[in-house]
Amino acid sequence: MSHEAVQDRAVTPESSDTAATQVPFRGGGFRHKPLGLVSPLVFIAILLLWELGSRTGFISDIALPAPSQALAALVDLVKTGMLWKHLEASLFRLIVGWTLGSLLGVAVGLTIGLFSLARAGLLPLVSALFPIPKIALLPLFIIWFGIGEGSKVATILFGTFFPTVIATYGGVDNVDRNLIRMGQSFGLSWLSIVRKIIMPGAMPAILSGFRISSSIAIVLLVAAEMIGAEYGIGAYVLMAGALFATDQLIAGVAILSALGLIIGWLIGRAERYFLSWRT
Amino acid sequence: MKITLDSISHHYGPTEVLKDISFSLSDGEIVCIVGPSGCGKSTLLRFIGGLERPDRGQVLLSGRPPADSLNPLTYIFQDFALLPWRTVEGNVSLVLEDHGIRGEKARAIIDDVLARTKLSDFRKALPRQLSGGMKQRVAIARALSVRPAVMLMDEPLSALDSQTRELLMDDLVDLWTRERFSACYVTHNLAEAVRLGHRIIVLSRRPGRIREIVEIDMPLAERVDRLAELDTMQRRIWELMREEARAADMEISDVA
Repeated sequence: MSHEAVQDRAVTPESSDTAATQVPFRGGGFRHKPLGLVSPLVFIAILLLWELGSRTGFISDIALPAPSQALAALVDLVKTGMLWKHLEASLFRLIVGWTLGSLLGVAVGLTIGLFSLARAGLLPLVSALFPIPKIALLPLFIIWFGIGEGSKVATILFGTFFPTVIATYGGVDNVDRNLIRMGQSFGLSWLSIVRKIIMPGAMPAILSGFRISSSIAIVLLVAAEMIGAEYGIGAYVLMAGALFATDQLIAGVAILSALGLIIGWLIGRAERYFLSWRT
Repeated sequence: MKITLDSISHHYGPTEVLKDISFSLSDGEIVCIVGPSGCGKSTLLRFIGGLERPDRGQVLLSGRPPADSLNPLTYIFQDFALLPWRTVEGNVSLVLEDHGIRGEKARAIIDDVLARTKLSDFRKALPRQLSGGMKQRVAIARALSVRPAVMLMDEPLSALDSQTRELLMDDLVDLWTRERFSACYVTHNLAEAVRLGHRIIVLSRRPGRIREIVEIDMPLAERVDRLAELDTMQRRIWELMREEARAADMEISDVA
Protein backbone atom coordinates (compact mmCIF):
# COMPACT_ATOMS: atom_id res chain seq x y z
CA MET A 1 0.00 0.00 0.00
CA SER A 2 2.56 2.51 1.10
CA HIS A 3 4.88 1.23 -1.57
CA GLU A 4 2.36 2.12 -4.30
CA ALA A 5 1.80 5.53 -2.86
CA VAL A 6 5.47 6.26 -2.95
CA GLN A 7 5.69 5.09 -6.58
CA ASP A 8 2.75 7.27 -7.61
CA ARG A 9 4.41 10.31 -6.24
CA ALA A 10 7.60 9.38 -8.00
CA VAL A 11 5.88 9.11 -11.40
CA THR A 12 4.06 12.43 -11.14
CA PRO A 13 6.48 14.75 -9.47
CA GLU A 14 4.39 17.84 -10.29
CA SER A 15 1.37 16.79 -8.28
CA SER A 16 2.12 19.15 -5.49
CA ASP A 17 -0.76 21.14 -4.05
CA THR A 18 -0.20 24.22 -6.17
CA ALA A 19 0.46 22.93 -9.72
CA ALA A 20 -2.65 22.79 -11.89
CA THR A 21 -3.08 19.67 -14.00
CA GLN A 22 -5.50 19.14 -16.79
CA VAL A 23 -8.62 17.10 -16.07
CA PRO A 24 -7.99 13.67 -17.59
CA PHE A 25 -10.26 12.88 -20.53
CA ARG A 26 -12.61 10.04 -19.71
CA GLY A 27 -15.31 10.35 -22.36
CA GLY A 28 -15.28 8.87 -25.80
CA GLY A 29 -15.66 5.26 -26.80
CA PHE A 30 -18.92 3.44 -27.45
CA ARG A 31 -19.48 5.72 -30.41
CA HIS A 32 -19.28 4.55 -34.01
CA LYS A 33 -17.16 6.36 -36.53
CA PRO A 34 -17.99 6.03 -40.22
CA LEU A 35 -15.13 4.07 -41.82
CA GLY A 36 -16.27 3.73 -45.41
CA LEU A 37 -13.12 2.13 -46.76
CA VAL A 38 -13.00 -0.76 -44.32
CA SER A 39 -15.73 -2.92 -45.80
CA PRO A 40 -14.37 -3.09 -49.38
CA LEU A 41 -10.89 -3.71 -47.95
CA VAL A 42 -12.13 -6.63 -45.85
CA PHE A 43 -13.99 -8.00 -48.86
CA ILE A 44 -10.93 -7.78 -51.11
CA ALA A 45 -8.67 -9.23 -48.44
CA ILE A 46 -10.91 -12.27 -48.02
CA LEU A 47 -11.05 -12.81 -51.79
CA LEU A 48 -7.26 -12.50 -52.06
CA LEU A 49 -6.65 -14.93 -49.20
CA TRP A 50 -9.14 -17.33 -50.70
CA GLU A 51 -7.51 -17.11 -54.15
CA LEU A 52 -4.07 -17.54 -52.58
CA GLY A 53 -5.28 -20.58 -50.60
CA SER A 54 -6.66 -22.16 -53.74
CA ARG A 55 -3.55 -21.46 -55.83
CA THR A 56 -1.19 -22.89 -53.23
CA GLY A 57 -3.39 -25.94 -52.80
CA PHE A 58 -4.16 -25.16 -49.14
CA ILE A 59 -7.84 -25.11 -50.11
CA SER A 60 -8.68 -28.19 -52.14
CA ASP A 61 -10.38 -27.66 -55.48
CA ILE A 62 -13.09 -30.13 -54.53
CA ALA A 63 -13.92 -28.33 -51.31
CA LEU A 64 -14.11 -24.81 -52.74
CA PRO A 65 -13.30 -23.45 -56.18
CA ALA A 66 -11.03 -20.42 -56.45
CA PRO A 67 -12.72 -17.05 -56.85
CA SER A 68 -11.13 -16.79 -60.28
CA GLN A 69 -12.86 -20.01 -61.30
CA ALA A 70 -16.20 -18.71 -60.08
CA LEU A 71 -15.52 -15.50 -61.99
CA ALA A 72 -14.77 -17.52 -65.09
CA ALA A 73 -18.11 -19.29 -64.70
CA LEU A 74 -19.77 -15.89 -64.39
CA VAL A 75 -18.01 -14.58 -67.50
CA ASP A 76 -19.11 -17.72 -69.31
CA LEU A 77 -22.70 -16.98 -68.28
CA VAL A 78 -22.44 -13.49 -69.68
CA LYS A 79 -20.77 -14.62 -72.92
CA THR A 80 -23.36 -17.27 -73.70
CA GLY A 81 -26.11 -14.77 -72.91
CA MET A 82 -27.61 -17.18 -70.42
CA LEU A 83 -27.21 -14.68 -67.56
CA TRP A 84 -29.97 -12.47 -68.96
CA LYS A 85 -32.26 -15.41 -69.55
CA HIS A 86 -31.80 -16.60 -65.96
CA LEU A 87 -32.08 -13.10 -64.55
CA GLU A 88 -35.17 -12.32 -66.59
CA ALA A 89 -36.99 -15.43 -65.36
CA SER A 90 -35.96 -14.85 -61.74
CA LEU A 91 -36.71 -11.14 -61.69
CA PHE A 92 -40.16 -11.75 -63.14
CA ARG A 93 -40.98 -14.22 -60.36
CA LEU A 94 -39.43 -12.02 -57.69
CA ILE A 95 -41.15 -8.83 -58.77
CA VAL A 96 -44.59 -10.33 -59.34
CA GLY A 97 -44.48 -12.49 -56.19
CA TRP A 98 -43.07 -9.80 -53.95
CA THR A 99 -45.33 -7.03 -55.26
CA LEU A 100 -48.50 -9.08 -54.90
CA GLY A 101 -47.41 -10.42 -51.51
CA SER A 102 -46.58 -6.93 -50.26
CA LEU A 103 -49.76 -5.32 -51.57
CA LEU A 104 -51.94 -8.03 -50.04
CA GLY A 105 -49.85 -7.94 -46.87
CA VAL A 106 -50.20 -4.19 -46.45
CA ALA A 107 -53.95 -4.42 -47.13
CA VAL A 108 -54.50 -7.24 -44.63
CA GLY A 109 -52.14 -5.61 -42.12
CA LEU A 110 -54.09 -2.36 -42.32
CA THR A 111 -57.37 -4.23 -41.88
CA ILE A 112 -56.01 -5.97 -38.79
CA GLY A 113 -54.64 -2.69 -37.49
CA LEU A 114 -57.89 -0.78 -38.00
CA PHE A 115 -60.75 -3.18 -37.29
CA SER A 116 -61.19 -5.09 -34.05
CA LEU A 117 -63.14 -7.82 -35.81
CA ALA A 118 -60.38 -8.43 -38.32
CA ARG A 119 -57.81 -8.41 -35.55
CA ALA A 120 -59.72 -10.99 -33.53
CA GLY A 121 -60.37 -13.17 -36.56
CA LEU A 122 -57.21 -12.92 -38.63
CA LEU A 123 -54.37 -12.37 -36.19
CA PRO A 124 -54.38 -15.93 -34.78
CA LEU A 125 -54.52 -17.22 -38.34
CA VAL A 126 -51.50 -15.14 -39.33
CA SER A 127 -49.60 -16.28 -36.25
CA ALA A 128 -50.41 -19.90 -37.10
CA LEU A 129 -49.46 -19.69 -40.78
CA PHE A 130 -46.41 -17.42 -40.57
CA PRO A 131 -43.97 -20.00 -39.14
CA ILE A 132 -44.84 -22.72 -41.69
CA PRO A 133 -41.84 -23.13 -44.01
CA LYS A 134 -43.30 -22.34 -47.40
CA ILE A 135 -40.93 -24.87 -48.97
CA ALA A 136 -42.90 -27.59 -47.20
CA LEU A 137 -46.00 -26.47 -49.05
CA LEU A 138 -44.42 -26.70 -52.52
CA PRO A 139 -46.30 -29.87 -53.49
CA LEU A 140 -49.58 -28.24 -52.55
CA PHE A 141 -48.69 -25.10 -54.52
CA ILE A 142 -47.97 -27.29 -57.55
CA ILE A 143 -51.37 -28.94 -57.23
CA TRP A 144 -53.14 -25.60 -56.74
CA PHE A 145 -51.29 -23.37 -59.18
CA GLY A 146 -49.79 -25.80 -61.68
CA ILE A 147 -46.19 -26.58 -62.51
CA GLY A 148 -45.70 -23.32 -64.43
CA GLU A 149 -45.07 -19.81 -63.17
CA GLY A 150 -48.11 -19.86 -60.89
CA SER A 151 -46.66 -22.09 -58.20
CA LYS A 152 -43.31 -20.27 -58.24
CA VAL A 153 -44.91 -16.86 -57.85
CA ALA A 154 -47.24 -18.24 -55.19
CA THR A 155 -44.32 -19.50 -53.10
CA ILE A 156 -42.74 -16.05 -53.06
CA LEU A 157 -46.11 -14.38 -52.56
CA PHE A 158 -46.94 -16.44 -49.49
CA GLY A 159 -43.45 -16.02 -48.10
CA THR A 160 -43.55 -12.22 -48.32
CA PHE A 161 -47.21 -11.84 -47.35
CA PHE A 162 -46.95 -12.76 -43.66
CA PRO A 163 -43.97 -10.64 -42.60
CA THR A 164 -45.58 -7.68 -44.39
CA VAL A 165 -48.85 -8.21 -42.51
CA ILE A 166 -47.05 -8.29 -39.20
CA ALA A 167 -44.90 -5.24 -39.96
CA THR A 168 -47.92 -3.26 -41.17
CA TYR A 169 -50.26 -3.88 -38.28
CA GLY A 170 -47.41 -3.32 -35.85
CA GLY A 171 -46.77 0.00 -37.58
CA VAL A 172 -50.45 0.98 -37.34
CA ASP A 173 -50.46 0.09 -33.63
CA ASN A 174 -47.44 2.29 -33.10
CA VAL A 175 -48.88 5.45 -34.64
CA ASP A 176 -48.95 8.15 -31.98
CA ARG A 177 -52.46 8.03 -30.43
CA ASN A 178 -52.26 11.76 -29.75
CA LEU A 179 -52.05 12.45 -33.46
CA ILE A 180 -55.16 10.37 -34.07
CA ARG A 181 -56.94 12.17 -31.25
CA MET A 182 -55.88 15.47 -32.79
CA GLY A 183 -57.39 14.38 -36.12
CA GLN A 184 -60.62 13.43 -34.41
CA SER A 185 -60.73 16.69 -32.47
CA PHE A 186 -60.57 18.65 -35.72
CA GLY A 187 -63.43 16.61 -37.09
CA LEU A 188 -61.38 14.84 -39.77
CA SER A 189 -63.22 12.01 -41.50
CA TRP A 190 -62.25 8.40 -40.78
CA LEU A 191 -60.77 8.03 -44.24
CA SER A 192 -58.73 11.21 -43.86
CA ILE A 193 -57.31 10.02 -40.56
CA VAL A 194 -56.33 6.69 -42.10
CA ARG A 195 -54.85 8.28 -45.21
CA LYS A 196 -53.15 11.31 -43.74
CA ILE A 197 -52.21 10.22 -40.23
CA ILE A 198 -52.16 6.43 -39.89
CA MET A 199 -50.63 5.48 -43.24
CA PRO A 200 -47.67 7.90 -43.11
CA GLY A 201 -47.21 7.10 -39.43
CA ALA A 202 -46.99 3.38 -40.18
CA MET A 203 -44.67 3.94 -43.15
CA PRO A 204 -41.36 3.46 -41.29
CA ALA A 205 -42.50 0.06 -40.02
CA ILE A 206 -43.87 -0.94 -43.43
CA LEU A 207 -40.60 -0.06 -45.17
CA SER A 208 -38.52 -1.99 -42.66
CA GLY A 209 -40.94 -4.86 -43.23
CA PHE A 210 -40.12 -4.59 -46.95
CA ARG A 211 -36.45 -4.97 -46.14
CA ILE A 212 -37.15 -8.30 -44.45
CA SER A 213 -39.70 -9.53 -46.96
CA SER A 214 -37.42 -8.81 -49.92
CA SER A 215 -34.66 -10.93 -48.40
CA ILE A 216 -37.17 -13.70 -47.75
CA ALA A 217 -38.27 -13.42 -51.38
CA ILE A 218 -34.71 -14.07 -52.58
CA VAL A 219 -34.35 -17.04 -50.23
CA LEU A 220 -37.62 -18.47 -51.51
CA LEU A 221 -36.67 -17.84 -55.13
CA VAL A 222 -34.27 -20.78 -55.01
CA ALA A 223 -36.96 -22.92 -53.39
CA ALA A 224 -39.54 -21.85 -55.96
CA GLU A 225 -37.22 -22.69 -58.83
CA MET A 226 -36.90 -26.23 -57.52
CA ILE A 227 -40.27 -26.74 -59.19
CA GLY A 228 -39.28 -27.76 -62.68
CA ALA A 229 -37.82 -24.43 -63.70
CA GLU A 230 -35.69 -24.35 -66.83
CA TYR A 231 -34.30 -20.87 -66.31
CA GLY A 232 -33.69 -18.70 -63.29
CA ILE A 233 -30.77 -18.01 -60.96
CA GLY A 234 -32.19 -20.47 -58.46
CA ALA A 235 -32.53 -23.14 -61.12
CA TYR A 236 -28.97 -22.43 -62.24
CA VAL A 237 -27.65 -22.80 -58.68
CA LEU A 238 -29.60 -26.01 -58.14
CA MET A 239 -28.41 -27.45 -61.43
CA ALA A 240 -24.82 -26.58 -60.59
CA GLY A 241 -25.26 -28.16 -57.18
CA ALA A 242 -26.65 -31.35 -58.67
CA LEU A 243 -23.66 -31.59 -61.01
CA PHE A 244 -21.21 -30.56 -58.27
CA ALA A 245 -20.06 -27.74 -60.54
CA THR A 246 -19.01 -25.71 -57.54
CA ASP A 247 -17.62 -22.83 -59.59
CA GLN A 248 -21.03 -22.26 -61.16
CA LEU A 249 -22.66 -22.68 -57.79
CA ILE A 250 -20.52 -19.92 -56.28
CA ALA A 251 -21.17 -17.71 -59.32
CA GLY A 252 -24.94 -18.18 -58.92
CA VAL A 253 -24.81 -17.50 -55.20
CA ALA A 254 -22.81 -14.33 -55.86
CA ILE A 255 -25.54 -13.15 -58.26
CA LEU A 256 -28.20 -13.76 -55.60
CA SER A 257 -26.15 -11.84 -53.08
CA ALA A 258 -25.71 -8.95 -55.50
CA LEU A 259 -29.45 -8.99 -56.12
CA GLY A 260 -30.05 -8.73 -52.39
CA LEU A 261 -27.64 -5.81 -52.11
CA ILE A 262 -29.29 -3.96 -54.98
CA ILE A 263 -32.77 -4.44 -53.53
CA GLY A 264 -31.52 -3.32 -50.11
CA TRP A 265 -30.06 -0.21 -51.71
CA LEU A 266 -33.32 0.53 -53.53
CA ILE A 267 -35.28 0.23 -50.28
CA GLY A 268 -32.75 2.52 -48.63
CA ARG A 269 -33.47 5.08 -51.35
CA ALA A 270 -37.21 4.65 -50.83
CA GLU A 271 -36.73 5.18 -47.10
CA ARG A 272 -34.79 8.35 -47.71
CA TYR A 273 -37.52 9.60 -50.01
CA PHE A 274 -40.55 8.67 -47.92
CA LEU A 275 -39.06 9.24 -44.49
CA SER A 276 -37.10 12.41 -45.14
CA TRP A 277 -39.16 14.03 -42.38
CA ARG A 278 -37.39 11.95 -39.76
CA THR A 279 -34.23 13.14 -38.10
CA MET B 1 -71.86 30.24 -27.60
CA LYS B 2 -72.01 29.04 -24.03
CA ILE B 3 -70.80 25.77 -22.60
CA THR B 4 -72.39 24.38 -19.46
CA LEU B 5 -71.08 21.40 -17.53
CA ASP B 6 -73.82 19.74 -15.57
CA SER B 7 -72.69 17.58 -12.61
CA ILE B 8 -70.03 15.58 -14.41
CA SER B 9 -68.73 12.44 -12.68
CA HIS B 10 -66.42 9.82 -14.04
CA HIS B 11 -64.65 6.58 -13.16
CA TYR B 12 -61.72 4.83 -14.75
CA GLY B 13 -62.32 1.26 -13.63
CA PRO B 14 -62.65 1.33 -9.87
CA THR B 15 -60.96 4.73 -9.56
CA GLU B 16 -63.22 7.72 -9.27
CA VAL B 17 -61.55 10.60 -11.10
CA LEU B 18 -64.14 13.38 -11.21
CA LYS B 19 -67.08 14.04 -8.96
CA ASP B 20 -69.98 16.36 -9.55
CA ILE B 21 -68.35 19.09 -11.57
CA SER B 22 -70.61 21.92 -12.72
CA PHE B 23 -69.60 25.25 -14.19
CA SER B 24 -70.15 27.25 -17.31
CA LEU B 25 -68.04 29.08 -19.83
CA SER B 26 -69.41 32.11 -21.62
CA ASP B 27 -68.41 34.01 -24.72
CA GLY B 28 -65.04 35.69 -24.66
CA GLU B 29 -64.11 34.30 -21.29
CA ILE B 30 -60.98 32.34 -20.36
CA VAL B 31 -61.57 29.82 -17.61
CA CYS B 32 -58.49 28.20 -16.16
CA ILE B 33 -58.73 24.82 -14.50
CA VAL B 34 -55.99 24.11 -11.99
CA GLY B 35 -55.50 21.22 -9.62
CA PRO B 36 -52.94 18.76 -8.35
CA SER B 37 -51.67 16.12 -10.74
CA GLY B 38 -54.06 13.28 -11.45
CA CYS B 39 -57.15 15.25 -10.46
CA GLY B 40 -58.78 14.73 -13.84
CA LYS B 41 -58.22 18.17 -15.37
CA SER B 42 -57.29 16.83 -18.79
CA THR B 43 -60.11 14.28 -18.66
CA LEU B 44 -62.53 17.11 -18.01
CA LEU B 45 -61.23 18.94 -21.07
CA ARG B 46 -61.69 15.83 -23.19
CA PHE B 47 -65.33 15.71 -22.08
CA ILE B 48 -65.87 19.33 -23.07
CA GLY B 49 -64.59 18.72 -26.59
CA GLY B 50 -66.40 15.40 -26.99
CA LEU B 51 -63.31 13.23 -27.19
CA GLU B 52 -64.54 11.15 -24.26
CA ARG B 53 -67.90 10.63 -22.59
CA PRO B 54 -68.46 11.10 -18.86
CA ASP B 55 -70.14 8.33 -16.86
CA ARG B 56 -72.65 10.75 -15.42
CA GLY B 57 -73.63 14.31 -16.16
CA GLN B 58 -73.50 16.11 -19.46
CA VAL B 59 -71.80 18.90 -21.35
CA LEU B 60 -74.31 21.26 -22.92
CA LEU B 61 -73.86 23.78 -25.70
CA SER B 62 -76.26 26.66 -25.91
CA GLY B 63 -76.44 29.30 -28.58
CA ARG B 64 -75.16 28.89 -32.11
CA PRO B 65 -71.46 28.97 -32.89
CA PRO B 66 -70.50 31.73 -35.32
CA ALA B 67 -71.58 30.75 -38.82
CA ASP B 68 -68.05 30.83 -40.23
CA SER B 69 -66.64 28.55 -37.55
CA LEU B 70 -65.43 25.28 -39.09
CA ASN B 71 -64.65 23.52 -35.83
CA PRO B 72 -66.30 25.32 -32.89
CA LEU B 73 -64.50 23.32 -30.18
CA THR B 74 -60.82 23.24 -31.03
CA TYR B 75 -57.99 21.78 -28.99
CA ILE B 76 -54.45 22.85 -28.40
CA PHE B 77 -52.41 19.98 -27.01
CA GLN B 78 -49.50 19.88 -24.63
CA ASP B 79 -47.40 17.82 -27.06
CA PHE B 80 -48.41 20.04 -30.02
CA ALA B 81 -49.69 17.02 -32.01
CA LEU B 82 -48.15 18.18 -35.30
CA LEU B 83 -47.73 15.67 -38.11
CA PRO B 84 -43.95 15.31 -38.41
CA TRP B 85 -44.16 14.51 -42.13
CA ARG B 86 -45.99 17.71 -43.01
CA THR B 87 -44.52 21.18 -43.23
CA VAL B 88 -45.87 24.08 -41.21
CA GLU B 89 -48.35 25.01 -43.94
CA GLY B 90 -49.15 21.35 -44.52
CA ASN B 91 -50.10 20.96 -40.89
CA VAL B 92 -52.47 23.89 -41.13
CA SER B 93 -53.92 22.77 -44.44
CA LEU B 94 -54.57 19.30 -42.95
CA VAL B 95 -57.52 20.62 -40.96
CA LEU B 96 -58.85 22.69 -43.90
CA GLU B 97 -58.76 19.91 -46.50
CA ASP B 98 -61.62 18.03 -44.89
CA HIS B 99 -63.82 21.08 -45.15
CA GLY B 100 -63.17 21.23 -48.86
CA ILE B 101 -60.97 24.29 -48.54
CA ARG B 102 -58.11 23.96 -51.01
CA GLY B 103 -56.05 25.95 -53.41
CA GLU B 104 -56.29 29.72 -53.34
CA LYS B 105 -58.83 29.86 -50.54
CA ALA B 106 -56.73 27.65 -48.30
CA ARG B 107 -53.65 29.70 -49.12
CA ALA B 108 -55.34 32.89 -48.01
CA ILE B 109 -56.36 31.36 -44.67
CA ILE B 110 -52.91 29.85 -44.13
CA ASP B 111 -51.20 33.15 -44.96
CA ASP B 112 -53.46 34.92 -42.51
CA VAL B 113 -53.02 32.56 -39.54
CA LEU B 114 -49.27 32.22 -40.07
CA ALA B 115 -48.97 36.01 -40.09
CA ARG B 116 -51.00 36.23 -36.89
CA THR B 117 -48.69 33.75 -35.15
CA LYS B 118 -45.51 35.28 -36.62
CA LEU B 119 -44.72 32.16 -38.62
CA SER B 120 -44.79 33.54 -42.16
CA ASP B 121 -41.10 32.84 -42.71
CA PHE B 122 -41.42 29.20 -41.69
CA ARG B 123 -44.09 27.93 -44.07
CA LYS B 124 -41.91 25.21 -45.55
CA ALA B 125 -40.20 24.11 -42.34
CA LEU B 126 -40.77 20.63 -40.91
CA PRO B 127 -41.74 20.31 -37.24
CA ARG B 128 -38.41 18.71 -36.32
CA GLN B 129 -36.63 21.89 -37.44
CA LEU B 130 -38.65 24.07 -35.06
CA SER B 131 -38.19 24.85 -31.38
CA GLY B 132 -40.88 23.90 -28.89
CA GLY B 133 -42.28 27.41 -28.81
CA MET B 134 -42.50 27.54 -32.60
CA LYS B 135 -44.21 24.17 -32.68
CA GLN B 136 -46.85 25.38 -30.28
CA ARG B 137 -47.28 28.50 -32.43
CA VAL B 138 -47.95 26.22 -35.40
CA ALA B 139 -50.55 24.38 -33.33
CA ILE B 140 -52.14 27.72 -32.42
CA ALA B 141 -52.13 28.76 -36.07
CA ARG B 142 -53.77 25.47 -36.98
CA ALA B 143 -56.42 26.05 -34.31
CA LEU B 144 -57.06 29.62 -35.51
CA SER B 145 -57.48 28.46 -39.11
CA VAL B 146 -60.74 26.67 -38.30
CA ARG B 147 -62.08 29.80 -36.52
CA PRO B 148 -62.96 28.14 -33.22
CA ALA B 149 -65.67 29.45 -30.94
CA VAL B 150 -63.94 27.91 -27.93
CA MET B 151 -60.30 26.92 -27.57
CA LEU B 152 -59.69 23.93 -25.37
CA MET B 153 -56.11 24.21 -24.20
CA ASP B 154 -54.56 21.23 -22.47
CA GLU B 155 -51.43 22.45 -20.69
CA PRO B 156 -50.33 24.23 -23.86
CA LEU B 157 -47.21 25.75 -22.34
CA SER B 158 -46.13 22.92 -20.05
CA ALA B 159 -43.68 21.37 -22.50
CA LEU B 160 -41.84 24.66 -23.01
CA ASP B 161 -38.99 26.26 -21.12
CA SER B 162 -39.87 29.17 -18.86
CA GLN B 163 -38.65 31.94 -21.18
CA THR B 164 -40.54 30.59 -24.17
CA ARG B 165 -43.56 30.18 -21.92
CA GLU B 166 -43.36 33.86 -20.98
CA LEU B 167 -43.21 34.86 -24.67
CA LEU B 168 -46.10 32.66 -25.65
CA MET B 169 -48.19 33.92 -22.76
CA ASP B 170 -47.74 37.47 -24.06
CA ASP B 171 -48.74 36.23 -27.52
CA LEU B 172 -51.87 34.61 -26.14
CA VAL B 173 -52.84 37.78 -24.31
CA ASP B 174 -52.32 39.80 -27.53
CA LEU B 175 -54.36 37.30 -29.46
CA TRP B 176 -57.18 37.38 -26.94
CA THR B 177 -57.20 41.17 -26.90
CA ARG B 178 -57.70 41.15 -30.66
CA GLU B 179 -60.04 38.22 -31.11
CA ARG B 180 -61.82 37.77 -27.76
CA PHE B 181 -61.98 34.02 -28.13
CA SER B 182 -63.28 31.99 -25.23
CA ALA B 183 -61.09 29.28 -23.83
CA CYS B 184 -60.91 26.56 -21.28
CA TYR B 185 -57.32 26.44 -20.18
CA VAL B 186 -56.06 23.45 -18.18
CA THR B 187 -52.77 23.91 -16.40
CA HIS B 188 -50.87 22.96 -13.27
CA ASN B 189 -48.95 26.21 -13.44
CA LEU B 190 -50.62 28.81 -11.21
CA ALA B 191 -48.64 31.68 -12.71
CA GLU B 192 -50.17 30.92 -16.11
CA ALA B 193 -53.60 30.62 -14.55
CA VAL B 194 -53.51 34.06 -12.90
CA ARG B 195 -52.06 35.66 -16.03
CA LEU B 196 -54.62 34.28 -18.46
CA GLY B 197 -57.76 33.36 -16.54
CA HIS B 198 -60.83 35.48 -15.99
CA ARG B 199 -61.95 32.75 -13.66
CA ILE B 200 -59.87 30.05 -12.06
CA ILE B 201 -61.49 26.80 -11.09
CA VAL B 202 -59.50 25.02 -8.41
CA LEU B 203 -60.01 21.27 -8.34
CA SER B 204 -59.27 19.02 -5.39
CA ARG B 205 -57.16 15.92 -5.74
CA ARG B 206 -58.68 12.70 -7.01
CA PRO B 207 -61.63 12.39 -7.17
CA GLY B 208 -61.58 15.91 -8.59
CA ARG B 209 -64.20 18.23 -7.15
CA ILE B 210 -64.47 21.99 -7.42
CA ARG B 211 -62.70 23.40 -4.37
CA GLU B 212 -63.21 26.99 -5.22
CA ILE B 213 -63.82 29.34 -8.12
CA VAL B 214 -61.63 32.43 -8.06
CA GLU B 215 -62.61 35.43 -10.16
CA ILE B 216 -59.85 37.75 -11.28
CA ASP B 217 -61.29 41.09 -12.18
CA MET B 218 -58.33 42.62 -13.93
CA PRO B 219 -58.03 43.16 -17.70
CA LEU B 220 -55.66 40.62 -19.25
CA ALA B 221 -53.60 43.27 -20.98
CA GLU B 222 -52.83 45.04 -17.70
CA ARG B 223 -51.67 41.98 -15.86
CA VAL B 224 -48.04 42.05 -16.99
CA ASP B 225 -47.61 45.34 -15.15
CA ARG B 226 -49.48 44.31 -12.02
CA LEU B 227 -47.56 41.15 -11.23
CA ALA B 228 -47.42 41.96 -7.51
CA GLU B 229 -51.19 41.79 -7.18
CA LEU B 230 -51.26 38.60 -9.21
CA ASP B 231 -48.62 37.15 -6.97
CA THR B 232 -50.81 37.60 -3.91
CA MET B 233 -53.63 35.94 -5.74
CA GLN B 234 -51.40 33.11 -6.87
CA ARG B 235 -50.21 32.55 -3.32
CA ARG B 236 -53.78 32.41 -2.09
CA ILE B 237 -54.64 29.72 -4.63
CA TRP B 238 -51.50 27.84 -3.73
CA GLU B 239 -52.53 27.89 -0.06
CA LEU B 240 -55.78 26.27 -1.12
CA MET B 241 -53.96 23.58 -3.02
CA ARG B 242 -50.83 22.91 -1.04
CA GLU B 243 -52.04 20.06 1.15
CA GLU B 244 -53.92 18.46 -1.70
CA ALA B 245 -50.88 18.62 -3.94
CA ARG B 246 -48.73 17.04 -1.25
CA ALA B 247 -51.21 14.22 -0.77
CA ALA B 248 -51.57 13.73 -4.54
CA ASP B 249 -47.82 13.48 -4.84
CA MET B 250 -47.79 10.54 -2.41
CA GLU B 251 -50.43 8.60 -4.28
CA ILE B 252 -49.75 5.52 -6.33
CA SER B 253 -51.50 5.93 -9.61
CA ASP B 254 -52.47 3.60 -12.39
CA VAL B 255 -54.65 6.07 -14.19
CA ALA B 256 -53.33 7.99 -17.14
